[in-house]
Parts: sequence; structure tokens; C-alpha cells
Amino acid sequence: MENILHIIPEIFIFCSALILLILGLFIKNIKLINNLAILSLLIAVALVINQPYQSIYLNSYVIDEFSSLFKIMIFIGSIVTLVMFVSSREDLHINLYEFPILILFSTLGMMVMVSANDLLAMFIGLELQSLSLYVLAALNRNSLLSSEAGIKYFILGALSSGLLLFGISYIYGFSGNTNFNLIAVNYNSESLGLLIGIVFVLAGLAFKVSAVPFHMWTPDVYQGAPTPITAFFALAPKIAAMGLLVRFLFNSFGELYLDWQQIIFFISIASMMLAAFAAIAQTNIKRLMAYSSIGHIGYALIGVACVSSEGLRSLLIYLVIYLVMNISVFTVILSLKRNDAYFENISDLSGMYKNHPFTTILVALMMFSLAGIPPLAGFFGKFYIFVAALESNMVFLAVIGIIASVISAFYYLRIVKIMYFDEPKEEFDGVNIRSLQVLFYPSSFLVILFFIYPAPIIQLSEYAIKSFY
Amino acid sequence: MNELPILSILILLPIVGIFFMTLIRNNNDQSSNNLKHTALWISFLNFLISLYLLFSFNQQDADFQFEERYFWIEYGISYHLGVDGISILFIVLTTMLVPICILASYDSIKFSVKEYLIAFLALETFMIGVFCSLDLVLFYLFFEGGLIPMFLIIGIWGGERRVYSTFKFFLYTLAGSVFMLLAIIYIFITAGTTDVSYLLDYNFTRNEQIVLWLAFFASFMVKIPMWPFHTWLPDAHVEAPTAGSVILAGVLLKMAGYGFIRFSIGFFPEASELFAPLIFALSIVAIIVTSLIALVQEDMKKLIAYSSVAHMGFVTLGIFTFSVQGIEGSVIQMISHGIVSAALFLCVGVVYDRLHTREISRYGGLVSKMPMYAFTFMIFILASLGLPGTSGFVGEFLVLLSIFSINTYFAVFATTGVVLAATYSLWLYRRMIFGALIKDDLSEMLDLTRREIIIFVPLITLTIFIGIYPKPVIDIIEPSAKKIVSQVNGKLN
Repeated sequence: MENILHIIPEIFIFCSALILLILGLFIKNIKLINNLAILSLLIAVALVINQPYQSIYLNSYVIDEFSSLFKIMIFIGSIVTLVMFVSSREDLHINLYEFPILILFSTLGMMVMVSANDLLAMFIGLELQSLSLYVLAALNRNSLLSSEAGIKYFILGALSSGLLLFGISYIYGFSGNTNFNLIAVNYNSESLGLLIGIVFVLAGLAFKVSAVPFHMWTPDVYQGAPTPITAFFALAPKIAAMGLLVRFLFNSFGELYLDWQQIIFFISIASMMLAAFAAIAQTNIKRLMAYSSIGHIGYALIGVACVSSEGLRSLLIYLVIYLVMNISVFTVILSLKRNDAYFENISDLSGMYKNHPFTTILVALMMFSLAGIPPLAGFFGKFYIFVAALESNMVFLAVIGIIASVISAFYYLRIVKIMYFDEPKEEFDGVNIRSLQVLFYPSSFLVILFFIYPAPIIQLSEYAIKSFY
Repeated sequence: MNELPILSILILLPIVGIFFMTLIRNNNDQSSNNLKHTALWISFLNFLISLYLLFSFNQQDADFQFEERYFWIEYGISYHLGVDGISILFIVLTTMLVPICILASYDSIKFSVKEYLIAFLALETFMIGVFCSLDLVLFYLFFEGGLIPMFLIIGIWGGERRVYSTFKFFLYTLAGSVFMLLAIIYIFITAGTTDVSYLLDYNFTRNEQIVLWLAFFASFMVKIPMWPFHTWLPDAHVEAPTAGSVILAGVLLKMAGYGFIRFSIGFFPEASELFAPLIFALSIVAIIVTSLIALVQEDMKKLIAYSSVAHMGFVTLGIFTFSVQGIEGSVIQMISHGIVSAALFLCVGVVYDRLHTREISRYGGLVSKMPMYAFTFMIFILASLGLPGTSGFVGEFLVLLSIFSINTYFAVFATTGVVLAATYSLWLYRRMIFGALIKDDLSEMLDLTRREIIIFVPLITLTIFIGIYPKPVIDIIEPSAKKIVSQVNGKLN
């Protein structure tokens, strides 16, 4: 019995998902089920905070500061998604009680991902997460785009899972273990097979974090999926996959870092540059956010490529700030309505500030923050990433990073330009949904006022990487 | 009295003003007048506080004064403020120009008055912060943060090609500055801190200095701006609203000059000495080439913008002589240019508000209808070309004196810039003010209103006062300039 209590938050989420599934059959009140799901996620936050740090089940499952911080970020992402669901479920034709339950299962998968210290636990978590996401992407059955997004994500996701599994089999075959720490002890660093294994696993994980060259699915899925689910894609799974990537690389192949560092190095540069250029031509705001997220993952990967405590610290700072910025941006995207219909074209934002001056200035500041302009939070994320890069003597990476950030400033500025400088087409309703304001204002003010006292986030990130360094 | 965090008050007061103003509704003329008055009084109060700062400043002390230091991000990056004899003048210049700008925008801004004023007050916070900060990260924060309100001011309230200009302004400046960011990070890693007063005593190796100097140079060169990266400035000036041009010429360009004095030569004296010939060459090219370009301009604002580039060439010349005279001359030249070019843009604004064109050939013979305006414009034109008795003369003279002691040829070439300045300025004046009043719509023009007189009187007074009796200003600069020069010489030997 004691064994089970170690993973009480996971069990709690699992049980509440099952109970809600049964309740959903009898109760037609979807809002109630959704609120119960939010409640259970909030309880899970408290449970995770109070968990003792230890590694359990033959060291295949680790609960430490790192996993707890990631779990809390994932919970925040899930809660935000559920709140968005409440306000938009009817207009988006996704008024199904399965939504909160799938989110809960996906959250459970992500919790396993960030705690996994074993190839098998990792794969189980990843698949649980992915299977829920495939369904979520296609949830709007009446929409061609949504179905396309679901199918596309499913086929490419299955392919990447295959690659991942293939890599896992290589690693197991050449090291004789599935446990991350035991792999680190037992491998033969000359072995080519192991290297192939790392490459395939990294390819699979790069797909999950949507880093170039495995990013193809991202724009289509972001565009096709209903907006709350797009927000979920941007908020939770990427962060979870990043946590998994870090633990996999640092725990099992920390000594072998010269081999995988260059892979990360390459995908980081490719993500930053491709996103900076590709986003310029986008006309759909969700597609633009897809490229923006690819770019941000590129920056976050600089933190991984540094292979240092500063690198990991900067990665965590970056992810926290990324999460908050995206919450704000996606609540705005979800509230862009005209004549009761959502719109996604960037050009439809024109003249927004004449009708909604206060909202617009906040959105504009979010865009500046995404571009990394001080004094907004996004600047501090990039600042720490570059500190880590220069400390590890990766000057080239840092220079590419700043060049990409100047280029990407252009497309963020374009949105500001359309909102402020262009003449308005028609009036639109703007941020008028009470439940979204709860998300929008706190996250925006957090980004804007972050500079007043950034120390807590930085100390938290330092604390969270204790188990690695 | 030193316990009062007066610099923080200066930085925060505009923010408090913004909070007040967000509470005021803006739905009719009455309320938009309220907004204007609120912003004006807040910025005027800030000006009074900065005057108090100036009078309680100890002129004999060359160290940083009114220092404040709080824990901010982590060990080595703190919230550290302080002023010396150089930065305090820029702070007073900033706080003086902002109320003037707000007053100048009373009639010319027709829509979104509230947002405009909020952007201006935010810009004031960033500008004061740049001159107060004694921490490189804090400095960068304010230096770059100012881009956001300026981007909006040009982009929303600017002229026809405002989008192109504001993008060019933003991206040019950003591209230059990110290299400075990398340099700041490198300093943070090698020296362990970004505290300016600590770094002024820190010795970087020669190779480090060269790379870091170039990175800082990339940022300041674009911002000041030096030839050949000056092209954003005429565009930005032409499209910006009058008050935006005033702030751009009056304060934003000075940030880079201040950065050269404080950081480039303070931290990297060896590299500065090495690159000084490059700076001299670029400055002299800038002085001559942009003066020639100014000669052929059809647009008044463009002409003044090019003349700004030429004037800033004198500033960089003076700074890199590493002499007390040179630095004093540069600072006075910057202060003087801050007043004079600001006033010239205001003069352009006066006629633009009446005729809505900046084309020089559309004017002529204004003196018969607008005598007061002709007088005002004349004073600033003369100050701009450096006539003795105006503030423009003092700075240029000191700079030429210091450059003469280094290299006679440089001095000769730089002096031709003064002649060219006289040519384009006087020619502009002749075409606009003198001649026969033959264009019909000009005969309807009214002379300066009371509000415009209030704007110009302090500027005229200062221009002439500094020109005739510059000693009070030099007294403030001198201890700090001497300290900088002795620090540089100490490091070089």
C-alpha cells in the first residue's frame, strides 16, 4: 500500500478522470464536469507541492524538484485550457463532456513523462499523452480542418513514436538497460549502435517539442484544431516533452554529451532561423503562433545545448515565461469575435485599438515581450539563455540567436502595426468574456511587471535543477 | 536629505502619472483637455524635482551621487542608480523637454490623446532611467525599452510613410543593440557583475576590449547616429509628429553619446584609443557628407535631421580626444543640440500646424506676417550654425580646440563642417523667411500664439545664457570629465 502512495497525484488524476467519465454518462451538465476537472487539477497541484522527493519503483520513476516544477506548469496549462473550453465550447462545436476527461488523461501522461527515469515509463507517458491529443485535435467533427489536423497529427505522431521506439530498442540492445541511470553506468561509449539509438530517440522527441526539421505538423495542427486545444498544444505537451528530453539526455547520456550536443545545436539553430523567416508570411494568427512556438523552442534548446547548470536554469526560466506569455496571447485569440463568429486572420485585427485601447496595448506588449524587447518578461528569458550560451562558450549559437530575434521582431511588430496603424474594417467584440479575463489580465500583468522583481522565478529555477547539478 | 530616493522618484513619477491618466475617461474635448493638463503638470513637477536635484548636487564631488542600490535580479545585477556631473545635465534636459513636448502637442494631436500622452510619459521614464542607471542590465532595459513608446508615437501619430519609418527606426536600433546585449552578458560572466562603478575600475584584456568595444559601438553608432548608419534618422524625423522629433533629436540621440562617454571609453580605454582614428574618420565624413546632403533637401525636417547627424559628428570627435576639453565640449554640444534642434523642430511644427506642409519651397517671405516667429527661428538657426554668443558655439569651439591639439588636418576638415552648416542653415532661413510674400495662403498665417511663446521663451533664454556665460554648466561637467580622463589615462599607462 505504501508503494502506491508515492504517486498519489498521478493516481488522483487518474481516478478523477475515470469518475468524471462515468459521471458524464449520467449528468448532461458539461460545465459541472469541466469545473470538477479543474478542481481536481487544483487539488493535484497541492498534492504535488506536498510530495516528498524520492526515486521509486526501482528508480524508474523520479519525484524531484525538477519534475514538480514541470508538473505544476503542466497543471497550469491544463487548467487554462479547461477555462477556455467553458467559454468557447458552444461556438466551436466542441461541446462534449469528453473534452475535460481527455485533457485529464493527457495531463496524466505528461506527469509520467516528466517523472520518467526509464525508457518504458517514458514511452508509456508519451503515448498516453499523444493518444489523448490525437482525439482532441480532431474533436470538432464537423470541421474539415479539425479532422485534417487530427489525422495529420496522428499519422506523423505514430511515425515519430515508431522512431522513438526503434531508438529505444537500440539503446536497450547496446546498453542492456532501460533505466536512465543504469544506461549511464553500463554503456560502451565507442558503440555506434548506442549513437543511432540516441539519434532516433531525439528525432522522436524533437517531433513532440516541434523542433525543426520535425516541425511540419505544427502549423497545420495549430490552425486546424479548435483554439482551446491549440492553446493546450502550445502550453502543456511541449513543456512536458522538454522536461523529458532533459532528463533523458542528462541522466542517461550526460557523459556522452559531445555526441548529442551537436544534434541539439543544429535543431536549435534550424528552429530559430526557420521560424523567424517562415512566420513573416503568415496570415493566420494561429499559424503564426505555431511558428512563434517553434522559434521559442529553438531558444529553449540553446539552454539544453549548453549542458551546464546555467543552461538548465535558463531553460526553466524561459519555459515559465513562455507559458505565461502564451496564456495571455491565446486568451486574446480566443476572444476575437465578430458577429458572434471567431476570426483568425491577422488582417482582421486592423484598427483594434480604436475599439479596445486597453486590451490592445496589453496585446501589443505581449508581442513586444515575445520578441524579447525589454523591460518585458520575454527579454529576461532570452537574457538568461544568452548568459548560459556565452558561459559555455557557444558564441556562435548566441549570435545566431540574437540575429533570429531581430528578424522575428519584424513579424511581431507586424501584428502591432496592424492593430495600431491600419484603419479598422469593422467593429468586433473584443475581450468580453468574463472567464477569459481571469486568465488574460493576470498573465499580461505578470509579463509586464516581471521586471520589477524577477528574482523569485530565477531562484525557483535554480532550486528546480538541484537534482541534476 | 540624501535618504530621499530622488532618482527613483524621478523615474517613477511619470508611471504614477500614467496610472492616474488611465483612470480619466477620454470621451470629449473637456476630458481630453484634462488629460493634457494632467500630463503637463506631472512632467512639470518632474522638471521641478530634477531642478532640486541639480541644486542639491555637489559640484566639487566627481563621484556618483544620490546613489541607490537594491537587490534586483541576482548577485551582480542590482538596481543601482546614481548621477555625476555629466548625466545630471541630461536628466534636466530630458525633464525640461518633456513638458515642452506635451505643450507643443496640445493642438497638433487630434485623436487618441490619452494613448499619446501615456506613451510620452512612459518614454520619459525610460529616458531618465538611461541616464541614472549604474548597472549595465538596467541601462539596457531602459535603453531598449524606450523603443516601444517611440515605435508607437511615430507609427500612430506620424505622417504618411510612418509605418516604413517606424519599422526602420525600430529594427535598425534593435539590430545594433542586441550586440551590446551580448557584450553586457559577456561582461557579466567575466567580471561577475554589471555594476558600472565596479567595472570602471576593472581591467579587461586588450582582446576582450576590442571585441566588447565593437559590440557597444554597433549599438551607439546606430543610435547617435554615425555615418553610414544614419539613414533611419531622417526618415524617422520626417514622419514623426513634432513632439516625437523633438524628443528624438533632443534626448534619444544623446543616449548614445552618453553611452560612448560612460561605457566605451570608461570600460575599454585601450580599444577606444585603438579605434579613435576610425571614429575621427567616420565623424569627419559624417560632418562633411551630411552637411552637403542637407544643402539639397527640399523638406525642412529632413534638412534639420541631416544637420543633427553632422552635429553629432562633433560630439564623437570630442569624446575620442580623451581630453577634458573634448569631453566638456561634447557634453555641452549635446546639451546645446538638445535645446537647439528641439527648438528647430518646434519651429517647423509651428508652420506645419498652419500650412500642413514641410516643403521649403512652399514658404517664403514669412517675416512680414510672422515677425516674432522670424526672430525665434533666427536665433535657433544661428545657434545651430555655431554663432558666438549662442550655446552652439561653446561646444563646437571646445571640440575643435581639443581636436586641433591632436591633429591639425582633422581640425581643418571639421571646421569646413562649420562653414557648410552656415551655408545650409542660412539658406534655409532665407528661403523661408525672406523674399517677397507671393504665395496666397501664406498671407493668412498668424504669428506665434501665447502657448507657442511660452514654449520658446525658456529655450531662447537657455541658448543665449549658455552661449554668453557657460561657466555654470562647465563647472558641473568639469570634475566628472576630469575624473573620466584621469581614469582613462591611468588605465592606459
